[in-house]
Amino acid sequence: MAMSKSVRYLTPLIVFAGLVVLLVWGLGQDPREVPSPLIGKPVPTFSLPALEDPDRTVSDADLKGKISLVNVWASWCNSCRAEHQALMVLSEIPDFQIVGLNWKDEATDALRVLQLTGNPYDLNGYDPDNTVGIHWGVYGAPETFVVDQEGIIRYKHIGPIDREVWEQKLQPLVAELRARS
Amino acid sequence: MSPLIRPLLFAALLAVTAAAPAYTLEEFKFDSPAQEQEFRALIAKLRCLVCQNESLAGSQAELAQDLRNEVYRMLRAGQSEDEILDFLVARYGDFVLYDPPLKPSTYVLWFGPFVIIGVAAFFMVRSVLRRKPTGDDAMSDAERERLRTLLDTDADIRAGEPSPPTPKQSI
Repeated sequence: MAMSKSVRYLTPLIVFAGLVVLLVWGLGQDPREVPSPLIGKPVPTFSLPALEDPDRTVSDADLKGKISLVNVWASWCNSCRAEHQALMVLSEIPDFQIVGLNWKDEATDALRVLQLTGNPYDLNGYDPDNTVGIHWGVYGAPETFVVDQEGIIRYKHIGPIDREVWEQKLQPLVAELRARS
Repeated sequence: MSPLIRPLLFAALLAVTAAAPAYTLEEFKFDSPAQEQEFRALIAKLRCLVCQNESLAGSQAELAQDLRNEVYRMLRAGQSEDEILDFLVARYGDFVLYDPPLKPSTYVLWFGPFVIIGVAAFFMVRSVLRRKPTGDDAMSDAERERLRTLLDTDADIRAGEPSPPTPKQSI
């Protein structure tokens, strides 16, 4: 009897504690990180002029046969500047190519950034009007997609890449994709 | 502040505000009022992913303008409302819809509140039914006597005095 009574009185407290845990967990979530429905799907077909040379095109065909990091960036984007150094370091690694999607930008501004701070990209598609970005579900810069050798999108990272993101998320995935081939 | 500076500052402020670009829906031209209605209804259903608690209809974000243009283009090309919604959901996920669709991953969202109310109602009904009359709340003769005295006194006082003014209802 005493037992059931204490259970009865403690129940609201336990339920309340559960709610507190749930809400604290919710506070730690970033609402800006909207999960992409494109994970596990082939990259959208696209064709864009290359940033450096408008006569060249960058298309989904360029994303097949090797692992790619597709990085959405712009010269006006501060977080992109923050992750630029990390991309420079990653561009030294031969396991994958880095493909830029220069998004809602001016070519002259974008080229100046690459000239001044170095160019980590193997290819750069120029998408000033967000015609391709929409198909990739891009809603901000920077965003980075990991695309496997078959051209399937494996992961999307929202926000700048730093050492932690690389070591904990991207590097293990790239290693896994490499081991598969 | 001198009386001259103030209007000058105000004018300067107005000039700056006017210079800021603002997106309006006026720039979208339609074949018929019905099509315009459809467009407005559609963008009100879609969420701007940059400023997440605004719809595409109200958002000034650049991305929202891009998506409005896309919705406009598709609508003008004769695509149906469902086709346009599917197009956006396939790229941006269910989150782009203000109304979450009913599917297994949203069952908790849709049915959770009813389940909680049901469980609460079950326990409430059970505890009410279980409550047996204990007899404790029956009054003894002495208590009954005292209650009557109190009620009588109260009635006497009220009868002898003007009723208190009703308090004005505050707005």
